[in-house]
Amino acid sequence: MSIELFRVDERLIHGQVVIGWGHQVRPDRYVVVDDELASSEWEQDLYRLGAGAAEVLFVGTAGAVSRIAEWCDDEPRTILLTRDVTTMRRLGDSGALRDQSVNLGGIHHGPGRREVLTYLHLTEADMDDLRALEAGGAKVTARDLPDAREAPLSQLVAR
Amino acid sequence: MSEGAAIGVVLAHGAMAEGLVSAAKKIAGAPAEALIALSNDGKSPVELRAELDSLAGNNRAVVFVDLQSGSCGMAALSCCKDSVRRVVICGVNLPMILDFVFHSEEPLPDIVARAVEKGQAAIAPVGS
Repeated sequence: MSIELFRVDERLIHGQVVIGWGHQVRPDRYVVVDDELASSEWEQDLYRLGAGAAEVLFVGTAGAVSRIAEWCDDEPRTILLTRDVTTMRRLGDSGALRDQSVNLGGIHHGPGRREVLTYLHLTEADMDDLRALEAGGAKVTARDLPDAREAPLSQLVAR
Repeated sequence: MSEGAAIGVVLAHGAMAEGLVSAAKKIAGAPAEALIALSNDGKSPVELRAELDSLAGNNRAVVFVDLQSGSCGMAALSCCKDSVRRVVICGVNLPMILDFVFHSEEPLPDIVARAVEKGQAAIAPVGS
């Protein structure tokens, strides 16, 4: 399969992803699944500036659900990004994430969020979505960078 | 009528901005008061952009960013895209901001041209 990394990261294409993970994954393509960005050309242009030579696709959630199998079979090494847990859960609800690993990379503090790791702040609804992802066959862990220690969902829930 | 000196916002990851601004003040003294350090540490994209927007205000502003491909670059570009009084330069280094603090009264296009030239010229192998 050629989706090398499924990641939830509020900042989407940024330094940790392009440099930290990019050095390890060496992606040919980023797929950004986000309903708002999918229709915002100027924001897409900004994100593309940061992606180097890699192709960047912006798709809405429904479009992603219908194409995820295609991306998995494609040759380009791909990093798939969402900026929130809910969108990743919606991908999971389609069955597309069974036996896949979902990486939690970074969500900042905000109303209703509590810190579970220094780089990860989740709401109760996020926790429910993550449990649903694992119930659907995905393995959920948190790790901001490839050489950092991985924290399983069970550990995050206990915090 | 003069539009007044531009401010320089150094926007970077971790403690880099603070370090660069501190170094510039040590070297240049009072003119470096035109510089403001801003870190992305612990800030969401929305918070970072709002803070930058507030710092730039109605001033003429040059936003010096460390990495274009990052949250700092994204915040700067989105914050400045609709303003003729704000410009963004990526790849900030110390020689670039030192030049800026002594030429902040100049028109923005001139400031940008100078800063880029000085910043690039400062990167060179030394010795054999």
